[in-house]
Amino acid sequence: MWIFLATEIMFFGGMFTAYTVYRSLHALAFAEVSQHLDIVLGTVNTVVLICSSFTMALAVYGAQTGRRRMLILCLLLTIALGLVFLGIKFAEYHHKFEEHHVPGLSFHYPGPYGQEAAMFFSLYFAMTGVHALHMIIGIGLLSVLVYLALRGRFTVEYNHPVELSGLYWHFVDIIWIFLYPLLYLIGRHLR
Amino acid sequence: MSHKVVPISTYLVIFVILLVLTATTYWVSSLELGRWNAIVALCIAVTKALLVALYFMHVRYSHRLTQIVIAGGVFWLGIMIALTMSDYLTRSWLSVSLK
Repeated sequence: MWIFLATEIMFFGGMFTAYTVYRSLHALAFAEVSQHLDIVLGTVNTVVLICSSFTMALAVYGAQTGRRRMLILCLLLTIALGLVFLGIKFAEYHHKFEEHHVPGLSFHYPGPYGQEAAMFFSLYFAMTGVHALHMIIGIGLLSVLVYLALRGRFTVEYNHPVELSGLYWHFVDIIWIFLYPLLYLIGRHLR
Repeated sequence: MSHKVVPISTYLVIFVILLVLTATTYWVSSLELGRWNAIVALCIAVTKALLVALYFMHVRYSHRLTQIVIAGGVFWLGIMIALTMSDYLTRSWLSVSLK
């Protein structure tokens, strides 16, 4: 699992490198364009993901100590928090479509930073989009775990799937920990 | 793979610290600190990531080989960013146009 996560670091790392390059070239523009993201929703989502990581950690604890009800309950809570995250993300995307801030034919950004804004929003959608895809996969994994746990497949001796899915879930949380300040907070001091 | 059972109290403490750090980074981002805005934000993010990895992901209690694999992954990321930026940041140093 850790080898896979190492490849995931490089997968997201490519986008983080692209972000670093363009932010260093257009620091002011990025800071200004960043103000068009909803900081409140971004912060709420950060808290939601941290809570989901906490419940995931408790689920692993439940699996390791053979507490089946705790395991199932915490898995369901984690899934629910993941869905809340995706719901908020969906609302944000919807808003961006309405504002014509989605790069493409109908992209529209008045002011001197039109091109830089297209670059920023391209990175924004690529990074958060792939992150959201990982969330959806994670929710799928956890759903399978709930099914298996309901059938009593996990014991104190055998709980590897729970532990490994937990690693994946925490990894996706770590990605968001970096996306949050880099995308949402860089222009806040200008307000 | 470690099978050490981390007590709930540890998870709870880490959880609270993560929330406090999130509030801190939110607050600091509203201050005008020049280039330090980015540095502080990244330091807090790295701290949060370390806490999640060390305790939630049990890296602290993992086998040494696992820890080396993780460090290797992060190290390669560092190489990628460092080499890329050493190109982009030094392009303007040459005043001659290379056509």
